[in-house]
Amino acid sequence: MTTPKTFNVTVRVWRQVGPGREGRFVEYPARGVNPDMSFLEMLDVLNDELAARGEEPIAFSHDCREGICGTCSLVINGKPHGPNHGVASCQTYMRSFRDGDRIVVEPFRARAFPVIKDLVTDRSAFDTIQQAGGFITARTGSAPEANAAPVPKHVADLAMDAAQCIGCGACVAACKNSSAMLFVASKVSHLGLLPQGQPERDSRVLAMVSTMDGLGFGGCTNQYECSAACPKLISHDFIARLNRDYTKAVFRSAFKPEPAGGGET
Amino acid sequence: MALLESRIPPGALADKWRRHKADMRLVNPANKRKYEVVVVGAGLAGASAAASLSELGYAVSCFVFHDSPRRAHSIAAQGGINAAKNYPNDGDSVHRLFNDTVKGGDYRSREANVHRLAEVSGDIIDQCVAQGVPFAREYGGLLANRSFGGAQVSRTFYARGQTGQQLLLGAYSALSRAIGSGGVKLHTQSEMLDLVVVDGHAKGIVARNLLTGEVTRHSADAVVLATGGYGNVFNLSTYARGSNATAIWRAYKRGACFANPCFTQIHPTCIPVTGDYQSKLTLMSESLRNDGRIWVPLRKEDRLKPAASIPEADRDYYLERIYPSFGNLCPRDVASRAAKRVCDEGRGVGETGLGVYLDFSEAIGRLGEAGVRERYGNLFDIYHEITNEDAYRVPMRIFPAVHYTMGGLWVDYNLMSNVPGLFVLGEANFSDHGANRLGASALMQGLADGYFVLPYTISGYLASQKPGSRPPADGPEFMQAEAAVGAVTRRLLSVRGTRPVSYFHKRLGHILWQHCGMARNRAGLEKALQEIPALREEFWAGGLVPGTGDSLNQSLERAVRVADFLELGELMCRDALAREESCGCHFREEHQYPDGECKRDDVNFAHVAAWEYAGEGDVPVRNTEPLTYEAVKMSVRNYK
Amino acid sequence: MDLVRNLFGSTIGRKLLMAVTGVVLIVFVIGHLVGNLQVFEDPDRINGYSHFLQSLGPALWAARIFLLVCVALHIWAGTVLAIEARRARGAESYAVKKWIQATVASRYMRWTGYVVLAFILYHLAQFTVGVAQPGTFKANLPHYTMKGAYRVLGVEVVRAGTDVLDVRSMVILGFGNRLVAVFYIVAVGLLSLHLLHGADSLFQTLGWRNHRWARGLRVVVTVFCAAYFLGNLAIPGAALLGVLH
Repeated sequence: MTTPKTFNVTVRVWRQVGPGREGRFVEYPARGVNPDMSFLEMLDVLNDELAARGEEPIAFSHDCREGICGTCSLVINGKPHGPNHGVASCQTYMRSFRDGDRIVVEPFRARAFPVIKDLVTDRSAFDTIQQAGGFITARTGSAPEANAAPVPKHVADLAMDAAQCIGCGACVAACKNSSAMLFVASKVSHLGLLPQGQPERDSRVLAMVSTMDGLGFGGCTNQYECSAACPKLISHDFIARLNRDYTKAVFRSAFKPEPAGGGET
Repeated sequence: MALLESRIPPGALADKWRRHKADMRLVNPANKRKYEVVVVGAGLAGASAAASLSELGYAVSCFVFHDSPRRAHSIAAQGGINAAKNYPNDGDSVHRLFNDTVKGGDYRSREANVHRLAEVSGDIIDQCVAQGVPFAREYGGLLANRSFGGAQVSRTFYARGQTGQQLLLGAYSALSRAIGSGGVKLHTQSEMLDLVVVDGHAKGIVARNLLTGEVTRHSADAVVLATGGYGNVFNLSTYARGSNATAIWRAYKRGACFANPCFTQIHPTCIPVTGDYQSKLTLMSESLRNDGRIWVPLRKEDRLKPAASIPEADRDYYLERIYPSFGNLCPRDVASRAAKRVCDEGRGVGETGLGVYLDFSEAIGRLGEAGVRERYGNLFDIYHEITNEDAYRVPMRIFPAVHYTMGGLWVDYNLMSNVPGLFVLGEANFSDHGANRLGASALMQGLADGYFVLPYTISGYLASQKPGSRPPADGPEFMQAEAAVGAVTRRLLSVRGTRPVSYFHKRLGHILWQHCGMARNRAGLEKALQEIPALREEFWAGGLVPGTGDSLNQSLERAVRVADFLELGELMCRDALAREESCGCHFREEHQYPDGECKRDDVNFAHVAAWEYAGEGDVPVRNTEPLTYEAVKMSVRNYK
Repeated sequence: MDLVRNLFGSTIGRKLLMAVTGVVLIVFVIGHLVGNLQVFEDPDRINGYSHFLQSLGPALWAARIFLLVCVALHIWAGTVLAIEARRARGAESYAVKKWIQATVASRYMRWTGYVVLAFILYHLAQFTVGVAQPGTFKANLPHYTMKGAYRVLGVEVVRAGTDVLDVRSMVILGFGNRLVAVFYIVAVGLLSLHLLHGADSLFQTLGWRNHRWARGLRVVVTVFCAAYFLGNLAIPGAALLGVLH
């Protein structure tokens, strides 16, 4: 075991004082970088230096720093979450860079994710999509016995593959259309695969897709940049599933009879 | 002196909750919408409570400091959630889960609360499955279970290594539905900075919008805090960077008692610290101890040698040596203390000397590398990502880290604090885990509180409040609280010293880790009680908070939280000093058996210590609630 | 109507329209190529075939209108999606942007589409309407007299001795212009590239693609596109090389 050699890099960071304001890139030297540092820790140290010099630290989103909360959201050298596959920004370590590197750090870019400050963006659009239908209506206390409805193991596993989404928005950031299809697909697939999700299957996909469109996300052109940038490597197979679910729902909802409704007593 | 009425219902232990539910006062359905409930936090406890209360018809407002309710740190829980379903047919029961939890907590939790927790545990699984939580399943399609520390049955339900994430997303989806239908009003990026108490009752909060700096007042008929634990007081922990104690600390300063603040769980298997830039410690699941063997070199001269070059005879498999019957699977507090001991002896491995080996070579020999990869592959990947070391070739290095706080605001059986109208749920309260929490019990408690306890007990309080009687949000108490919040913010921004907030946070963490960590003693705690107030003064005189208060200012957010930690840390040391015994996580070196095990003092300390704020600069009052056990016999935990 | 609103009004609906019209157009271009490859046989074949199609009258017009509607829908949906995508991207774009796994074909769909559209227009002008290169247009060439009969599925549709337009000569003479032949080759090359993404992508849009057979689909689509390109290359190529005369 040897002491890791420290090195120096230059970070070129997007600085923007507030929503809707002009932004620009500013370069900062980061000296004495330890290869075992995480990318965010490198920014922490840089921020303390900036503060000490009387400059405003760089605002960036972060929280759990173990790749599960989905808060961190940097585009590092043109790739959401940085150069490595299947990790979030917080799991990017400085050993991925070399002495003298110039690292460009930008916020996620999409009309639906406006920049709040520096590298911080507003991703509440995802919550809005979720509120439109990303749930199974199951009032507390009304649930049947958990083992009453068996779910085949491979179905449960597939649902879990989809359910892993951390809601970070890297799929949108990576997509040239800023499409939220992978995010919506993961939720629609997770719930639509399970027997519990069947009663609201059609209404869910219709509501979520129309909300997604309404929020100004683009369409999918099947380039699969989203799944490649996804820190959980969620497959774009789920987008195919979303397309199929949506098509079925569109036709079923157009032709199914509407209940007359009895009115409550 | 605060009045600590536990309000444990009468009757046999197993009947208490059922009878209490039947006896509770109810709120007329048509009146429910006239009651405004503020829920702070949207982790497992907060999201489940907000969704469930809204389903009942109450008008709910939910405040989170995150940009989305889905980011709460419940999301990071890995292992699983316990429930007494007895699906594996291995003899589990409500009583057994109750018993294990009380024993695991070293007899410092409230018996009636723990029993209720065990009773509703099964309902939680039903509820989560109905919401679509994709729990692991057997080939036949039924739910799978696995075993976890501190139990002899398999009662843990799990969703890969992301159980917390899936449970939180389940609660978040229920909350999202309620928000979408207008039942819950969501305030994101809104940090609660004060509790408003009117005529002795909690009647609202003051919150600051983190994006605009705007401070707003919110009046309510009841306030629910579900803001999580305060382990970030140590700076380095497995908590999220944003996790903080501010909401419960401000409630404490408004009169709510803080119970057992020194009870901090230190998890034995985390990746060791590498440098002073470090912001976060990462947990490696407890499950690794099933197949990994923990050791350090027998002689301290060997500690920097490559592990492979140390012959078998020169290794000390200390857990197997000291605890032959439990070996590497002894409980968390015991394993953590043992690691500390060998490192204190100078035998710790790695640069810093603060690490022990978790060695899989024996398991690789037995199961093959593929076998180990199948069981733990993702954990080995995480380890590699962080340390750049291949744990299939060299042993992992691990060290204990702060992971959970059993202490929290004092609550009665109804989860209401001593301030009427203030309810506290989940990790933010103190009630269920005593002096040590068992694995897979935190998720259970958060959801039990939110789904199945609060929705019943809150009606008991609200029924005593006239509908529409909540005070206006421009009453004097609200204006005073708002002014106080503004004053703190302005003061922090006006110091303009030379040291960043991180400097003080690191130093505070260092003091607490040294003196109020895995082992505590009088001299150390007294030293800490000198050092922390001095550090606090230094902070207020020389801290540097750049920027302004009227836009997103992450330095200011952290400064506000660290200012509170600097006060809370002192209370923790005070509590640790006053508790002249060892129990669970709280190990006072003066109180141990000759073999180094915890020596409890049930005569003098079988109680909850609930600290009451006495005013700025005054020593807080230590109130006690005696703990009486009807159904379990207090005994010495023995894992040898 | 919900159905119409969802199909035309949503991103997925418009993608679906692109996929379905894409399928129609792929079927058409395959048929078109197979028909045209008759140019390599006796002049009776291609000229008879052409005369037969012309003789269909209203049915021919129905097919033409149907194809035009498909092309129009395809272009409309693609344009709307592209405009939405640009709007979705927002005002500020990345200073550095790396592609991770998008194929070359997928990145240039819009550009290959433009060229294909230009090509279709020229193609119609040249061979259907006769505005471009009127000198070699079929109507301006001496008629051709069928030596034998032309049969479809065994049914005689053009009798021997019929006076028909000399399509074969039009094609050979038309491609005698090197510039036109090269443009034709480049355009069908880009059309093949367009199909390389489109024919694969439509399975995803219709929801019939997953990783279990995505690689197989990719191989089939690649082989199809290569074959399509070679088939199309053959006609102007042969005309240029003087193989056809």
